Amino acid sequence: MNLLGRLDWSAIPLHEPIIMGATALMGLIVVAVLGFITMKGAWLYLWREWLTSVDHKRIGVMYCVLALVMLLRGFSDAIMMRAQQAVAAGGAQGYLPPEHFDQIFSAHGTIMIFFMAMPFVVGLMNFAVPLQLGIRDVAFPTLNSVSFWLTASGALLINVSLAIGEFSKAGWWGYPPLSELQYSPGVGVDYYLWSLQISGLGTLLAGINFVTTILKMRAPGMSYMRMPVFCWTALATNLLIVAAFPVLTAVLAMLLLDRYLGFHFFTNDGGGNQMLYANLFWVWGHPEVYILVLPAFGVFSEVIATFSGKPLFGYRSMVAATMAICVLSFLVWLHHFFTMGASANVNGFFGVMSMIIALPTGVKIYNWLFTMYGGRVRFSVPVLWSVGFMVTFVIGGMTGVLQAVPPADFQLHNSVFLIAHFHNVIIGGVVFGAMAGYNYWFPKAFGFKLDERWGKAAFWGWFIGFYLAFMPLYLLGLMGMTRRMQHYDDLAWRPWLVLAMIGTVIILGGIVCQIIQLVVSIRARDKLRVTADPWNGRTLEWATASPPPAWNFAFAPNVSGRDAFWTSKRREQSKQDKPGSVRAYEPIEMPKNNPTGFVSAFFAVVFGFAMIWHIWWMAGLGLLGALVTLLAFAFRRHTEFEVPAEQIARFERAQQAGAAA
Amino acid sequence: MNVAVAIDSVPQAALPSASEAGPAPKRIVVAYGFWIFLLSDIVMFAALFASYAVLVRATAGGPAGAQLFNQRTVAIETACLLVSSYTCGLMSLAISSRNRLGVYLGALVTFVLGATFLALEIREFASMIAIGATPERSAFLSAFFTLVGCHGLHVTLGLIWLVVMMVQVAVMGFVTSVQHRLLCFSLFWHALDIVWVGIFTVVYLMGVSP
Repeated sequence: MNLLGRLDWSAIPLHEPIIMGATALMGLIVVAVLGFITMKGAWLYLWREWLTSVDHKRIGVMYCVLALVMLLRGFSDAIMMRAQQAVAAGGAQGYLPPEHFDQIFSAHGTIMIFFMAMPFVVGLMNFAVPLQLGIRDVAFPTLNSVSFWLTASGALLINVSLAIGEFSKAGWWGYPPLSELQYSPGVGVDYYLWSLQISGLGTLLAGINFVTTILKMRAPGMSYMRMPVFCWTALATNLLIVAAFPVLTAVLAMLLLDRYLGFHFFTNDGGGNQMLYANLFWVWGHPEVYILVLPAFGVFSEVIATFSGKPLFGYRSMVAATMAICVLSFLVWLHHFFTMGASANVNGFFGVMSMIIALPTGVKIYNWLFTMYGGRVRFSVPVLWSVGFMVTFVIGGMTGVLQAVPPADFQLHNSVFLIAHFHNVIIGGVVFGAMAGYNYWFPKAFGFKLDERWGKAAFWGWFIGFYLAFMPLYLLGLMGMTRRMQHYDDLAWRPWLVLAMIGTVIILGGIVCQIIQLVVSIRARDKLRVTADPWNGRTLEWATASPPPAWNFAFAPNVSGRDAFWTSKRREQSKQDKPGSVRAYEPIEMPKNNPTGFVSAFFAVVFGFAMIWHIWWMAGLGLLGALVTLLAFAFRRHTEFEVPAEQIARFERAQQAGAAA
Repeated sequence: MNVAVAIDSVPQAALPSASEAGPAPKRIVVAYGFWIFLLSDIVMFAALFASYAVLVRATAGGPAGAQLFNQRTVAIETACLLVSSYTCGLMSLAISSRNRLGVYLGALVTFVLGATFLALEIREFASMIAIGATPERSAFLSAFFTLVGCHGLHVTLGLIWLVVMMVQVAVMGFVTSVQHRLLCFSLFWHALDIVWVGIFTVVYLMGVSP
């Protein structure tokens, strides 16, 4: 018996210069980062304050860092594909062989959805929701840390696949029978499956945590109809996570059973049914789209209201629209495979439902427009992203409604028209929203603003680049180009694909501007320093210091209306009196940092890697390690510590002194 | 004092509505979070039920449910699990009255009944595999073993959890966190009963009906 299962030296693709180059670059970056940390002697600080942290704000920041790093990884896949299609016309084969190109488009989709977009929105929710609700932390702080580290484990596994073995060639949804053992005998699909199972568990736990937090832990007086809209969208998103992710877990588990134990869920023989996979996958997959975009809608709602200096227009209709989308998102999944051959009535039903879901989205767009109307709009970076979103998302939404018509979909199915459509809504919606949120909450998280000039340059790079990169794909789709082509014969497509390539390079320019923005801002942080409320905000996160103390609020805020912070600012102005200094500070109980999340995720990586390579003893060890970690957590005696009143008083005095100066 | 008087004696304006009352007590938050987890677990079972329903006729020339299921075994299994829910309830009562002996006794009976259920299920699986009705035989059998096996896996985890909880009661006593976990355990155990009622109906009863 081989102790290392399927793993041997041939697993490292030494004969592939592109892969080895990318691996070397990634290795260099990792070594550089580790070296930098060692040079600064920051390991102990990092371990105590970040890696073992159970503070929702730090976990949120770590989620966003993960997302930004994975954005770079996913984007390098994108630019490689665009470069390939720009050259592989006519008889040319380009520079990427088919089996490599297939891995790239699979990795691009998987990484962008699961390890860029998901961590970004979960990170923003982690950071902002407890602050907006006026509470000290989420319902289960240690579970929150476990969630993050499991997500990071999945991301790690998928990146390991670059250097050791291969990644899936079966697309980001891994349809059988292509993803079955018969047609994908390698480790690629196993990398895909295990990294999604591990990170999916993390996401599910995060969903449970946030539903409980939002429904059971709001500040006194914060009734449902007083919650900021971002919290509503977070609630809808997390309800969707709880209801949809278990289905993904189940369907991926079935495929794993097929591959590992010879089951027949989706095989060609033995009565397997591939359309069962398609149905179950999209029962998760369509709600997933709204899981991603609803928090982005929430960010836009906060940004537009704040920077227009007006309460959000149509708060109630916004809430109703959010919850309507939450429910309707479960009734449209079949539009991902109208061509499956369901009856006309079935296709008709799902077509109509898909069109109906555009209505609540339309309501939201009008609400944002009416919020800006008559307001004193400050065109700061978050607003640029928001306005760019409104224009772009409407176009993407309309091409979506177009494809909801089953006969039209029969023409457009699997064409690059579809690719253009979903990038139009995901970049225009989720990425723009994430960037708006990043620029909007950055000063709250770190105490200084991001540079405006570079931020605007980044926005224009993304915005212009997006249109150049994806509008040609609509045309190409109508010209009959299908997705995932490693090369093509029709030379008439080529100019449009070159244009798309240029657009992608402009997006790269936007990304470079974002990196420069971050570096410039960190270096000029003393000049960009802000007080608690840099944007003249409306919701409770702006009521506390920037960055907030671990305990968030010295006193639980008392909420008496919508836009809680705005109302309290108004009241103080009219009363002309100084708050605070009268009430005595009280000690606060806080959860202790602990390494449960980090250690259990370590064992999850061991387990996942071992399962992928069929190293059974190591998989057993990984499971055992995770179990022991869980038990060690369960038998801890001291789980909380007390922040003394004196420390809180000192912090608050320093804040007031800083604000006065 | 009756309830009406109790409400009357509090001035109405002083009572904030439930949604404005501020963060709920820890016990409520923990139990609520666990309920949400159970709901997600039930969604996963729903996906497995749906797959079973789709694949139930895909026997690929192999045996169907009517030839495989032994109703006597299933009846005993069901009885074990339902009674174990009752004894789990008795354990919960013993916890609230801090009766350590009662807790151990309730847990022991619950454990034995759960283990009996599991043993019967494993025996059923083994007898099916012995006659060639393995999950590799057909899509129907794949779905059957996955759905029923997933429930069995949950029961196994529940038994391990119960043992850990008894150790915690012995070592840590009835501290708040142990009480919360016992509450979650009993929710979990009852939820497994509900899933089993579904399996009993959809797999075994409908499986043998013509």
